[in-house]
This record gives sequence, C-alpha cells and structure tokens, in this order.
Amino acid sequence: MKPIGKHSLLGASGEISDFQEILRYLNELILYDNMWDDGNSLGPKEVHNYLTRVMYNRRNKFNPLWNSLVLGGVKNGNKYLGTVSMIGVTFEDNHVATRFGNHLARPILRQEWHENLSFEDGVKLLEKCMRVLLYRDRSAVNKLQIAKITEEGVTIHQPYSLKTYWEISTFENPAQGAIGSW
Amino acid sequence: MFRNQYDTDVTTWSPAGRLFQVEYAMEAVKQGSAAIGLRSKTHVVLGCVNKANSELSSHQKKIFKVDDHIGVAIAGLTADGRVLSRYMRNECINYSFTYESPLPVGRLVVQLADKAQVCTQRSWKRPYGVGLLVAGLDESGAHLYYNCPSGNYFEYQAFAIGSRSQAAKTYLERRFENFTDSSRDDLVKDAITAIRETLQGETLKSSICTIAVVGVGEPFHVLDQGTVQQIIDTFEIAAEQEDPATEPDAATGQEAATEQGTAADQGGSTDEGAAPMDI
Repeated sequence: MKPIGKHSLLGASGEISDFQEILRYLNELILYDNMWDDGNSLGPKEVHNYLTRVMYNRRNKFNPLWNSLVLGGVKNGNKYLGTVSMIGVTFEDNHVATRFGNHLARPILRQEWHENLSFEDGVKLLEKCMRVLLYRDRSAVNKLQIAKITEEGVTIHQPYSLKTYWEISTFENPAQGAIGSW
Repeated sequence: MFRNQYDTDVTTWSPAGRLFQVEYAMEAVKQGSAAIGLRSKTHVVLGCVNKANSELSSHQKKIFKVDDHIGVAIAGLTADGRVLSRYMRNECINYSFTYESPLPVGRLVVQLADKAQVCTQRSWKRPYGVGLLVAGLDESGAHLYYNCPSGNYFEYQAFAIGSRSQAAKTYLERRFENFTDSSRDDLVKDAITAIRETLQGETLKSSICTIAVVGVGEPFHVLDQGTVQQIIDTFEIAAEQEDPATEPDAATGQEAATEQGTAADQGGSTDEGAAPMDI
C-alpha cells in the first residue's frame, strides 16, 4: 500500500514487481502534476481513471500488469473508493476487494457495511473479513496492515497479527481415518 | 508603430529589445471586432460583436465552446482562432478521457500560451494573430483569462479586446468591483451594456451581438437571439420608465428643501447605475 499524491492511497495484490512499476508511473504522474504548481491537484478519481487506462492498455497489448488494484481517497470532502483489475475491469463502490476477497469478504461487507461506520468499527469489520480469508488461504500468514485516509492525509499503521484458532476437533489427529496419510 | 529594419523576422530583436512581429500580431487583435468577458464568483459571461463581410453574408463565429466548462471568444484572425479552439477542444477531451475529470482552466491556458510562445521563437513560423478570452469554471471557481499572440496570459475580472474595446473597458473599469457578487442575470446585462459601449451609436439589436454564459450548474452555451433581444428590450423599457419618473422627482426636489432634492437625485442615480443609460 502506498500513498499517491496528497489525496489518494493505492493498495495492490498480485505481482509485487508490477506494483512497483505502477508506482513508478504514478510517481511520474504526480511529479508532473506538482510541476504545474497551480493549486490544482489530481484527486483519487483522476488517479483511478489513469490507472484504468494504463491497465486496459497493457491488457490490449497482451502484456498485462499482473495486479488487482484498490484505490481510495478523499478530496474536498468527497470520498472515493475504486478498483481496477489486471484486465482493466473497473468500478467504484462503498467496499471493494481483490481476487478471492470478492468471493469471501464482499458478502460480509454487503451485510454489515453502513454509511456511518466509525474508524474502529471499520477496522473490526475488515479484521473479520481478513480472518475469513486467511483461514482459507494455504499460503497466507496472519499479519495484516491497516491504512487510513482522510481529508488531512494518509496514515499507514504498522502490520500486526490476528489471533487465529486452530484447535478444531477435525484437525486433531488428521491421520485417524487413513493411517500413513497426511 | 512604423516600419523599421528589425521587423521582417519574428526571430529578430530590435536594439530596444522588442520583437516587432509579435507586436504587429497584437495589432491584428486590435483590428478584429470587439469581444468582452466578465466574471463573478460563480459565472463567466462572454460577449462579442458580430461582424459580417457584407450585407449578404452571415457573420463570423467568434465564440466557441471548448468543453462543458470552458468557452472562448476570439478577436483577430478568425482562422487562427478556429485552429486554436480545435487544439483546446482536443486537450480537454484527452484529459477528460484519461482522468474522467474536467481539465482545469488554468492548465489549458498555460498550454495555449506555451503553444503561442513557440511561434515567437521559430523562424519558419509566425505568431497567431488572435487574442483569446478564455472563460471557464473549475474547482477553484470561475475564471476569465486573456491569451495574447505573444504567449502571455493574464487573469481578469473583466476585459475587452478588439476594435473600440477601450469604451467597453472604461465601462467595465467603473463597475468591475460589483461583479464578484453579481447575479448571473446582472452579469449578462452588464455584458450587453459593455458591448453597446463599443458600438458607439449603432442601435443595439440581438443580431449584432452574441452572448455566452458558463457557470455553476450551467454548462457553457450561447444564449439564443430571442433571449438576448428580451434583455435588450428591458433596457429600452427601463429608459422609458426613467424619463417620466425623473420629472416628478425633479419637481418635488425644487419645491422641497435642498437636502430632499439631493436625496432624490441620489435615488435617481442609483437606478441609473443598475441599468445605465446614455445621458
């Protein structure tokens, strides 16, 4: 996750090297935007659309950037949250997720999200979703990182671990039914 | 401005540090028919005098819509103006496509100015012979800019360019302090009155002027002739109402004390200030 300019925050999943490439593109974009030095600045909507153009263009050339991107931000009091996939599919919503998050986390969010979530409640909701996801991902670790963006700016918190519970009866003595197997 | 040996090339400096070709290009702007612009906090109005080649022909188009939030009025070589409008439209569309957001007016104006500057520094080019009044709305409010053939640009509260624009400028200078808080309709009235100043005696009809407005919640559009004629007619009606009104005021002023008379005069003059008439 990285802050972009004054108003946006970008998170990505997938190829980290491609994400770093995207960060280079965005760095250049923000640099040129700042060089105008005229009081206008690119907001989250503009950055999101720029990324959509980039991702879709690469997909058309059969050379995609292998990332799913989430872009959020606040500008002049307007909140924005959008996502772009590696083939350039793009949309905005009140809650977005990448890849498996769309199948596992979004139903939870649809049930429990509402307009007036406080920051703490939002974090609890996200932790709930992340726990569901990490239980089901064989290559995941239970660490996650929260980032927050408001009109005042971006704060990215330190990573922390979620408590998990593995003492389910079915996990005890897994070789019970078939000796010699896993 | 007289001919001299340093004015053949745009890339030749004069000993006094002037580029004569660029200054001649600005003269071309002064020869075109008048265009004026004025802005309030939320709206910008552009107006221009329609010039026709002859009685038989239609008048030249001098106001161009560049995007929903930007429009431009030109004075000078209309062909150059058309080309620059096409450039501006292109820039706006490209920005909109990439960023889904309207291009900030300030940036468009700088791009335009840089394009004009290039023509002042190439020996195989000539400066654009057109002055542009760019009116636009963006996040930071309503803006009016003037782009010169020299590649300079300035932001204005109100401005006039073209032939006999000095009369309009004088009128605007008198009244510009009120424009920031003007309502949209008052702004349009002021624009039409400023145009009338440049006509210097010719009757003001809707066929002789074109007015365009852009503002908060109002995309850039040219007002149709009917609407403009209606506003012009309200000027005439106000003029007729004022003449009988001032007579009884003057009569009561003479009968009453001097203080009352001056109060009545001041009341009369503020009415005239709202819709100034030829006195």
